[in-house]
Amino acid sequence: MAINYIPANFDVVRDHTRCIKCRVCERQCSNEVHYYDEELDTMLCNETDCVDCQRCVSLCPTKALKILPNENRFRKNVNWRQQLMVEAYKQAETGGILLSAMGNPEEFPIYWDKLLLNASQVTNPSIDPLREPMETRVFLGKKSNEVKYDSEGDLVLSNTAPHLELSTPIMFSAMSYGSISYNAHASLAKASKELGIFYNTGEGGLHKDFYEYGPNTIVQVASGRFGVHKDYLDTGAAIEIKIGQGAKPGIGGHLPGAKILEDVSRTRMIPMGTDAISPAPHHDIYSIEDLRQLVLSLKEATEYKKPVIVKIAAVHNVAAIASGVARSGADIIAIDGFRGGTGAAPTRIRDNVGIPIELALAQADFRLREEGIRDNVSLVVGGSIRCSTDAVKAVALGADAVYIGTAALLALGCHLCRDCQRGLCNWGIATQKPELVKRLNPEIGYKRLVNIVHAWDHEIKELMGGMGINSIEALRGNRLMLRGVGLNEVELELLGVKHAGTAI
Amino acid sequence: MLKEGQVRIPSGCAISGFINRNGERRSGADIVTSISYMKERSNGLGGGFAGYGIYPEYADKYAFHVFYDDEATRKVGDDFISEHFEVVDCSTIPVREHPGIGKAPLIWRYFVDCRTSKLKSNQLDEREYVAQCVTSINHNIDGAYVFSSGKNMGVFKAVGYPEDVGEYYKLEEYKGHCWTAHGRYPTNTPGWWGGAHPFAMLDYTIVHNGEISSYAVNRNFVEMHGYHCDLLTDTEAITYIFDYLNRKLGMKLEDAAKVIASPFWSEIESSAKYTEKERGILRYIRANFPSLLVTGPFSIMLGFEGGFMALNDRLKLRSMVYAEKDDTVYVASEECAIRAICPDIDGVLSPRGGEPIIVRLNK
Repeated sequence: MAINYIPANFDVVRDHTRCIKCRVCERQCSNEVHYYDEELDTMLCNETDCVDCQRCVSLCPTKALKILPNENRFRKNVNWRQQLMVEAYKQAETGGILLSAMGNPEEFPIYWDKLLLNASQVTNPSIDPLREPMETRVFLGKKSNEVKYDSEGDLVLSNTAPHLELSTPIMFSAMSYGSISYNAHASLAKASKELGIFYNTGEGGLHKDFYEYGPNTIVQVASGRFGVHKDYLDTGAAIEIKIGQGAKPGIGGHLPGAKILEDVSRTRMIPMGTDAISPAPHHDIYSIEDLRQLVLSLKEATEYKKPVIVKIAAVHNVAAIASGVARSGADIIAIDGFRGGTGAAPTRIRDNVGIPIELALAQADFRLREEGIRDNVSLVVGGSIRCSTDAVKAVALGADAVYIGTAALLALGCHLCRDCQRGLCNWGIATQKPELVKRLNPEIGYKRLVNIVHAWDHEIKELMGGMGINSIEALRGNRLMLRGVGLNEVELELLGVKHAGTAI
Repeated sequence: MLKEGQVRIPSGCAISGFINRNGERRSGADIVTSISYMKERSNGLGGGFAGYGIYPEYADKYAFHVFYDDEATRKVGDDFISEHFEVVDCSTIPVREHPGIGKAPLIWRYFVDCRTSKLKSNQLDEREYVAQCVTSINHNIDGAYVFSSGKNMGVFKAVGYPEDVGEYYKLEEYKGHCWTAHGRYPTNTPGWWGGAHPFAMLDYTIVHNGEISSYAVNRNFVEMHGYHCDLLTDTEAITYIFDYLNRKLGMKLEDAAKVIASPFWSEIESSAKYTEKERGILRYIRANFPSLLVTGPFSIMLGFEGGFMALNDRLKLRSMVYAEKDDTVYVASEECAIRAICPDIDGVLSPRGGEPIIVRLNK
């Protein structure tokens, strides 16, 4: 047997005085870490396969389990971190590219955490959201500035481009059926309907069972065109053309055949068991004029009734690209930051390609305003919006709304073990195995999603009230409400905010 | 100390104004009396007035009131104005020395017509041409500031208490059918005359009390549409919003008020006072002009050729009352300012937040 160069990532620590050998941990672990030894009459484990998903810890009735980082260390080396050494061993063994899941976890600046919000004192009053109306409703899409009057002298509602109406500026970002489970999709769909917001099919098509949620569904058209057909386009409230994704800008996608079971196969319109490979580019979009043709084709196919979103990854030239997209006929631009999540991405790409969403957003907003076309499009940003203040700061930097993916999965129980690519998700989210999928109860899941969005909406209202703003429109691009702390001049200029301590 | 334009300065304030529906003209002394009754709402750091119908002898000429820092700047300004306009009359604005008014800039008044050749070559509507020229002077000529640019109307403002400013400019010698006034209480001391109210663009003048929390959003929008917010004041931004909506897009003031101080969704969707058609219009307005919604406390008076409008923010976070007697409508921050010049007025009413008082001259 070959030498195993790679130590386990985690220690599974069991308090045997608490363990009652009920074997719940064993049954719950799809990675087969825990097992019962009859001879010793005790629970043992194979920690090498543990991914720290915390399922066993959460379900252990006597709280006998803890998962800790393995303290075994290679010799300390600032340059050759242990992680890099482990990766070298893996690649020496397999010859393959490294795969990871969820967002970039490395130490890069998180600008959200270096931005502080304002509040009213004396010169204007803060507003109490418990006593006064506080509005977070948002319309996404091109704004009309046509002013015409009819014979009765009333304003004519002319040339209105299609809009998406959101009760709060938060949407669930694209996660395909296939990358996540049926029950996860059911939860997202139901929650979106109850919340008056939208979820997004990703590039996996739309399961027949969820057509009833069409008015709260954004249907995606990606480079693989999986699951795209007339009814699909007609059912969605908006169509999103996915050009790129923050976790893996510049490359396509690959859903392994093992996850293409009967339902997924039917929804994606591909044979069972075949790999679903999305090409890196759309092969009908090699330039911006091609994008315009696709935008208009989709609009033509849906009789100009639905807004078209173009989703791009935050890359170096994002502002110019956004400007090109705004002129392509798109109604909404979605920008996905380099921290954005994924079901699977090459590790090197996930951790090294793209730029922070805060900078991308600020620059795209500037550029569109400079060119006088900001109102031709709405800006939606994701990757990663972690909490209500991230959302508020994003709006103040110019976003019309935010996409949340990881935060939504956390609401469904995800513990960010970042092992989605293996399809063994113990929480029933990133898996197609029926016995695992059923662990996620959509009735409970959707309520948890509704709760988290409600909670954020409450917090957004509290923050707005403090700033003396009673409608979210008055926050969009309101950089006066932001101050940077610990940022250098270049960063402040790119974000368009002043340093904390600077007066208005 | 940074002056306005270099730093953003919030202010509290007093406003007062009146208009006679029949166009009967009243001495500027009345408006000075009215605003003087709200002295504690100002702190001596800015006062000003706008009078309409005050230049009947030049009723069809644009009247430019200009501050110059010095003679050299005046020459630059003069050249620009002469190049773009036929100057019919030009002189300093008469003032009287006043202990309450400090060092003054040079204050000039021009009555002008647009140069026809320039208008033609620029292919611009006359008012747009004037607006662009004024913007150009204010934005590009350092030390020159056109603070009034409409026809048969004028703005008079300075650093000082408003009643002192009124005496300084000898307002008792002017007669107008509509007057507005402003006393300023800035939370910083710019000491710059251009920063006082009213703020004007063509015949639009704004006096404003409040500190709007939507300023950056409103500013981003108007700057995207060609305006330069050089003063960084709320009042300037609000003036441009009205100019954009009313003059450029042709939106009625009644609708512009709905853009700026929209009813809440809860009201739009459930209040019985709206018809279905009105709900549709409000929805259209809110969905398409979100960047021009003004939040935070404000009470404003907008003067324009042929009328005047008063508007409170939608929560009515600033006091503002109005009353009417003998075809004259009065609006002020406080009742005392109205009773000071019309003691036997019947009832003083308080308009609801977001409900505009719009008065137009009888033809």
